[in-house]
Amino acid sequence: MDLKLQKIIPQLITVLVVVLVFGFFTYNAQINMENRGIDFGYGFLSQESSFDVQFSLIEYDGSHSYFRAYLVGLLNTILVSVIGIIFATVLGVIVGVARLSPNYLINQFAAFYVEFFRNIPLLLQIFFWYFAALRALPLPQDADAILGVFYLTIKGLYVPAFIWENLNVFLYSLIAAIVAIVVIRIHARKVQETQGKQLPVFWIAIGLIFILPLLSFLIGGVSLSFEIPKLKQLATTSFIYEGGLSLPPELIALTLSLALYTATFIAECVRAGIQGVGKGQKEAAASIGLNPNQVLKLVVMPQALRIIIPPTTNQYLNLTKNSSLAAAIAYPDLVLVFAGTALMQTGKAIEIVSITMLTYLSLSISISILMNWYNKKIAIKEK
Amino acid sequence: MSKINFLKPNKDNLTTFLYIGSFLFVISVIDVFLNSFFSVNITGFLPSSLSFIIPIILGFIGLYFIRIEHSGYKFLDQVNKNINTNNFNAILSLLIIFIIIKSTPPILSWFLVDASFAGDSKDVCSGTGACWTYIKVWFRRFMYGMYPNAEQWRINLSFVALALLGSVGYFATEKYKKYLTLYYVIIYPFIAFLFIFFFISGGPIFFDFSYGIIAAVISIIIGFFIPSKFKFYYFIFVPITLYIVLKYFVFYEELIELGKLDGLNWVETGAWGGLSLTFIISFFCLIFCFPIGMAFALGRRSDFPLIRYISIGFIEFWRGVPLITVLFMSAVMFPMFLPADFFIDKLVRCIIAISLFEAAYVAEVIRGGLQALPRGQYEAAKSLGMGYWRMHIFVILPQALKLVIPGIANTFLALVKDTPLIFVVGLLEIVGMLNLAKTNPKWLGFAMEGYVFAAIIFWIICYAMSKYSYNLEQKYKTER
Repeated sequence: MDLKLQKIIPQLITVLVVVLVFGFFTYNAQINMENRGIDFGYGFLSQESSFDVQFSLIEYDGSHSYFRAYLVGLLNTILVSVIGIIFATVLGVIVGVARLSPNYLINQFAAFYVEFFRNIPLLLQIFFWYFAALRALPLPQDADAILGVFYLTIKGLYVPAFIWENLNVFLYSLIAAIVAIVVIRIHARKVQETQGKQLPVFWIAIGLIFILPLLSFLIGGVSLSFEIPKLKQLATTSFIYEGGLSLPPELIALTLSLALYTATFIAECVRAGIQGVGKGQKEAAASIGLNPNQVLKLVVMPQALRIIIPPTTNQYLNLTKNSSLAAAIAYPDLVLVFAGTALMQTGKAIEIVSITMLTYLSLSISISILMNWYNKKIAIKEK
Repeated sequence: MSKINFLKPNKDNLTTFLYIGSFLFVISVIDVFLNSFFSVNITGFLPSSLSFIIPIILGFIGLYFIRIEHSGYKFLDQVNKNINTNNFNAILSLLIIFIIIKSTPPILSWFLVDASFAGDSKDVCSGTGACWTYIKVWFRRFMYGMYPNAEQWRINLSFVALALLGSVGYFATEKYKKYLTLYYVIIYPFIAFLFIFFFISGGPIFFDFSYGIIAAVISIIIGFFIPSKFKFYYFIFVPITLYIVLKYFVFYEELIELGKLDGLNWVETGAWGGLSLTFIISFFCLIFCFPIGMAFALGRRSDFPLIRYISIGFIEFWRGVPLITVLFMSAVMFPMFLPADFFIDKLVRCIIAISLFEAAYVAEVIRGGLQALPRGQYEAAKSLGMGYWRMHIFVILPQALKLVIPGIANTFLALVKDTPLIFVVGLLEIVGMLNLAKTNPKWLGFAMEGYVFAAIIFWIICYAMSKYSYNLEQKYKTER
């Protein structure tokens, strides 16, 4: 009895404190909202937003609802995060491998990169790229074409747009190629296990992924043309590019700084992972006759990935959360559109901030669930 | 001398290959060097597209020729081993050398040669280089924000005093070493709080500062007569109690008069800013987030399910949201949760928000340390009859914290790098001040200088911190 009480009392006190604090907050919030004449509720989400957003992936203007504005912001956040994650991973892996290079110059260069970008606040880097570096770009009318079709100007990057015909046939062929590759891989593994023969899976895969889409062009009726951006004069001194895709400078600055900053951390994860695989493992693999590629693919990488993935997941999460710094340079992400403009207009502080936080929370949790699943898949299966 | 095969450099014709190879390599480097430093193009007679890649080709052939194993020359072997192991590495090495040579002149000229340092107006900055005059003119704003110029000695004095008080640990003799933890965990933050809140903030409440000093002095004097068994609890509770008693019950009228007489001008927190604000915020968040994080780390490993779930919820919530939304919350949502007449200063709200946020990260780091300890440590402590708190304070935490020094240092580093985010609530530390200065109509167009300046400062601070934590880690590693 005494022992049971000892276990219950501290918990009871803690819960009581938590409940009291929350109760105090809710009570005050109710009174404050009454005083200010605000009512609590999420009904505003369906009201007309009547503000415009510069850059959006879906159709949006002032006549759409607040919920639509929320979606615009969310999609922009996801866009920045995905692009940033891709670039950061590629750069991070290259730099991480470069830090282990036997070439003194290369590993010093990589170390310099890591130490340099890691120790400067991300916000400062974003400001630097947006306000200082990208402002030095030429005006649209002075810009030279890069490779004839890209225009990098102070107003953003203009790239040619793809114009597809029968896009779905092309996509089907791509999916078919991927399915075929998976089937062939499974088959090849079976062949190797039963007959000890190795099939050239890699070359078959490369062949398939090129040939099937190519066939769709030749016989599937798919055609692709480019819409190249063209300079258009609005006024005597005001020029703009028309046609093609335009990426706003905010997006460029944000992804650039996010990728450069996060890549340093990913590089350190990759380095630690590769270093974490014992030298004996490589030597043992080489001594049973695997060639260097096989050593890397079959022995080093599976073990290194186990060390690399958990911290890298954290970096992906950090990148996603850091993308909220977009608000500082007016890239219309979730924080700017929803927690900024929409909050200003409606004054629904509690609702909007809580929705924003919950969104980030669920983004984080979904990335970590995905990565945990992958991590579990490649983890050592102990018996 | 045997026949020379230029496709296969070997040891037989070592000198020939060495001469030809190093000659080609040096030529390529000289070409790039002359090109970038003196804009002389010695290969100008070639077509422009060719003259661009000629140094790479020459250097590559040169490096190919001198790639001879076991040549007998120590220097050559070193070069081959380090930058010239194979064709791919040779090209990368060449590219890096050329990039360094190419980028030196423009960077140097921007930073130093063409930069302007003199004067105090925009007119002197007409060159192509950096305008450091801009930094010079705005220096006080970047350091102190909108803090009045005449009062800035108070910030300097506080920081110097705190730095001196903080370095006590280095000079403490063996006899006093055991009090150091107590000093750094309780007394020093308390003094720092008094300094920053009452000295930098100033105003008629300055007399609170004297209460603090009086309380500290009295409690230290009495402290000598307290048996060492109770000293720990004594120093936790008595100074603060004494301070509160002094403040609300004794000397009230008299000291108000004194405070009014000698009071410093009050500077509202909205005027604080610049680098000093970065320091103040980092300092306080660092102090607060550590105990909170420790509490939640212990809570997460507690045997009581309810406490454990609450801790997990707290930690995962803060770790899942970005700091900017937390600051938004502290700015627009938090005032709604408090009674209408109850006002908390913007800076304080900011510090609370950042502390809670970082505490979640600290908690996870400490939890890692707690988990890494072998179970035998817990069992041994329990078998000695230690209770939960004794076991953790004397056995578990000292070891666990030693393990997680690098992780905690990383969290603190992240904290320092996160401080610029306070622009969200309208506080302007150094990056915020830069953005403000950049829009000043008299000083348009110097964004680059400002950001480079701030980047250098932050880089030095963060790099020093990471090196210090690395040293600390190494030091404790050997002790274990």
